[in-house]
Amino acid sequence: MARIGVFVCWCGSNIAGTVDVKKVAEEVSKLPYVVYSTDYKYMCSDPGQNMIKEAIKEHRLTGVVVSACSPRMHEVTFRRTVQEEGVNPYMMEMANIREHCSWVHDDMEEATEKAIELVRMAVAKAVELEPMEKIEVPVTKRALVIGGGIAGIQAALDIADGGVEVILVEKSPSIGGKMSQLDETFPTLDCSQCILTPKMVDAAQHPNIKIYSYAELEELDGFIGNFQARIRQKARSVDMELCNGCGDCWNKCPQKKIPSEFEAGMSDRAAIYVPFPQAIPNTPVIDRENCIYFQSGKCGVCAKICPTGAISYDQSDEFITEEVGAVVVATGYDLFNTDVIGEYGYGEIPDVISGLQFERLSSASGPTEGKIVRPSDGKKPEEVAFICCVGSRDDKYGRPYCSRICCMYTAKHAILLHHKSHGSQAYVFYIDVRAGGKGYEEFLRRATEEEGAIYMRGRVSRLYRDNGKVVVKGADTLSGAQIELHCDMVVLANGITASPGAEELARKLSISYDEYGFYSEAHPKLRPVETNTAGIYLAGCCQAPKDIPDSVSQASAAASKVLALFSGDFLTREPNIAEVNPFTCTGCFTCREVCPYDAIDEEEVTVHIDGKKVTRTIARVNLGKCQGCGICCAVCRSNAINLKGTKDLQIFRQIKAFTGSEKEKSDEPVGSKK
Amino acid sequence: MKYSYYPGCSMHSTAAEFESSFRFVAGVLGMELTEVEDWFCCGATPAHITDPLLGLALPTQNLLQARPTGLDVATTCAACYNRLKTANRVALEKPKKREALAQILGEEYKGEIPVRHILDIFVNDVGVDNIQRNVLFPLNGLRVASYYGCLLTRPPEVADFDDVENPVTMDKIVEALGGVALEWPFKTECCGASFSLSRSDIVGRLAGEIMRYAKQAGAECIAVACPLCQSNLDLRQKEASEYEGVEFNMPILYITQLMAVAYGGGGKDVGLGKAIVNAESVVHRVFGHRGSERVER
Repeated sequence: MARIGVFVCWCGSNIAGTVDVKKVAEEVSKLPYVVYSTDYKYMCSDPGQNMIKEAIKEHRLTGVVVSACSPRMHEVTFRRTVQEEGVNPYMMEMANIREHCSWVHDDMEEATEKAIELVRMAVAKAVELEPMEKIEVPVTKRALVIGGGIAGIQAALDIADGGVEVILVEKSPSIGGKMSQLDETFPTLDCSQCILTPKMVDAAQHPNIKIYSYAELEELDGFIGNFQARIRQKARSVDMELCNGCGDCWNKCPQKKIPSEFEAGMSDRAAIYVPFPQAIPNTPVIDRENCIYFQSGKCGVCAKICPTGAISYDQSDEFITEEVGAVVVATGYDLFNTDVIGEYGYGEIPDVISGLQFERLSSASGPTEGKIVRPSDGKKPEEVAFICCVGSRDDKYGRPYCSRICCMYTAKHAILLHHKSHGSQAYVFYIDVRAGGKGYEEFLRRATEEEGAIYMRGRVSRLYRDNGKVVVKGADTLSGAQIELHCDMVVLANGITASPGAEELARKLSISYDEYGFYSEAHPKLRPVETNTAGIYLAGCCQAPKDIPDSVSQASAAASKVLALFSGDFLTREPNIAEVNPFTCTGCFTCREVCPYDAIDEEEVTVHIDGKKVTRTIARVNLGKCQGCGICCAVCRSNAINLKGTKDLQIFRQIKAFTGSEKEKSDEPVGSKK
Repeated sequence: MKYSYYPGCSMHSTAAEFESSFRFVAGVLGMELTEVEDWFCCGATPAHITDPLLGLALPTQNLLQARPTGLDVATTCAACYNRLKTANRVALEKPKKREALAQILGEEYKGEIPVRHILDIFVNDVGVDNIQRNVLFPLNGLRVASYYGCLLTRPPEVADFDDVENPVTMDKIVEALGGVALEWPFKTECCGASFSLSRSDIVGRLAGEIMRYAKQAGAECIAVACPLCQSNLDLRQKEASEYEGVEFNMPILYITQLMAVAYGGGGKDVGLGKAIVNAESVVHRVFGHRGSERVER
């Protein structure tokens, strides 16, 4: 026979100001199975918790209902309280009479009535509660980091420094990501390469880090603590053991007219190449699409010239499976494709360039060795226009969001122009300038006050060529004037978009993404680096546009989550997940179709029916993967799946307690089994 | 290919050569046109300035009159196209206005009749291949700047058959006829529209800039698909030339006139005689002197 104690909290005046707590305690004391009820000012305080403990002892309570705030607030607190007194923690049920009642109502009489209803429902459920034990899952203490940009490198280094092995997978031939292409970085004008390259070297030399470059995640199986990652090592066509990075091959390669990805198309590379001199690993790859040998069977110059015989044309893609316990996704971003903006003529007008192309022009390691010149004729640009918000904050292109980096990199570009191209004038067209980071506003003021950039608030409506110049037509909305500038060069501040293939990867990982292809964090404020899939974390721009400091911070945060996960030998998980009744499950597997977490496995069971042994395949819930969402319970035709802690019976009792007639409520016990 | 055809007022007056050349071209391309029964003015600019509801009632009533045929409504004039498309959009998306219009017109219109500009029909229904196949006299590399003006592509949510800032349908037709479609920046700049009468100085300036860039791109003529654009660039070319200080002498032809020439249309079909700036010279330079009779196919 269940013996329930009810504890009604005042929460100071939060509840007691609107709800007659004394009346609630008195009314619910009349309910079946309730053997004790009381009220107190702060149930969560030490004296409050002691009241519960005392009552458990004195009244031999089997279950406890705390009628107070939201379970999100104090469920853990009160579960611990009852546990300390020897009651199973899952025998405690909360009735939320604060957020769901006192905070949203004014009328005391009605609010009190509602509070009584809420507690009555909680009691009805409490009678049907069952003891549960936490789930323990073993952990593989290795992490997979996907993406070798600054976020991935930082996450990998932090995890590795914590003594955990890391598998770092990068799809391009070298780690380094977009940051390796940048010139100097805002707001301190640190040289990007100078601060990134040491980290790349650290990652490569770290005993706990294993890098797969030119590789992609093919498939991820398993669940938190126990993932199996299948990695496709794309064929490099170069033996990494034999190659010493001498460079003879790319110097002698006859196919040298391929626009370099690293130089943002500002110069060419060979068909066999390392993306940039500081690449890690410093082993070239053959771009088979553009290689003469692979396309026509003739050539083979690189194989002939290679002093170590490292060229291997018959290499094929290899697949490696790595066991890992956690995954950090750091796949970065792509720049908004400005081809779609007809009025800016990007691609048609040679002197209209992207923000990244300006970085390469300005970089000392770039195609012009840091000399800022016009792509069309190599002359010094006297007047340069910078256009902000290209593909950001623009509904027309389905990008209403702010890309967060462009205001600052444009200010930086204006400063770099002033530094490197003396006498050149920068004009910046902006909507608003967003300079919210540490030192950013000061940096912006430096651009306008010390470095002479002229800022004009307004959009540019059209760019076109006229006598070797680019005509910029726009508006200065502050003065109301129409502007027509004849510039030598125009730099578009491309916004950030999700990286290509982001959605496909999300499906492989079973993580969710937003309408723009950015991965969704579990909670926008309080769980910013976790995904809704346990054991998978986010870092950098794959989650949302952000700058380098924020990417690095998020990477370290993700690393700390991984290290915390690996701090014990087992993972402890809450037991309120789905459970299959093996006797009624028909094995239709509709549950598997709807499960967002891939948490339904198969199981062979042998049952005796009419004295005969029958072997059937039925569903089994994977303890590691199930997140307790309950979709499977809703679709199960034979009602064989139930969510522990909110089983059908428990919910029906609540509904009955709420909707049943007065007579039923008072005369019949609500619970039937005890 | 059957269409309900809404000519609009200009086609029977200032743009008669647009009408004659279009009808000839439509015949060659196998388009069957049924003129909208008892059609009247779409309201153009004056109606919606007088009263927004009047500006919607006029095109809506015209569409109601086109409804019995069950055919797409084809229109040549950019302003008519814009007004008819706007009426459709309102009928589809603004239930309150739809009701108000039903009260006035005595019949409810739900926006069910597709309204198509002939450029859209040429490129997407007839197809560039068919346009090319019917050419008897290729344009022989005539350098044509296609000028679209404002209303063919704007606002983009109303007119939605081409890129709003860099439209290309007319260019595709020019290429199919054997001409050279020029890349130039003023394809969609405003010509000054109805300021032609009240502020001809503004039209002179705007038309002057358009012509300057067409000339800079090397254009031998400008192709248009809007009666008002044609009129402003042609009729106000004197003012434009004065503004720019250059004698442009730039023939302004409807795209259908170029098509009619290439398809062997007779003098009355092509209607070059109506232009202020002599357009005969372009045709003569490309084709030599040819009789004014239609060429039998």
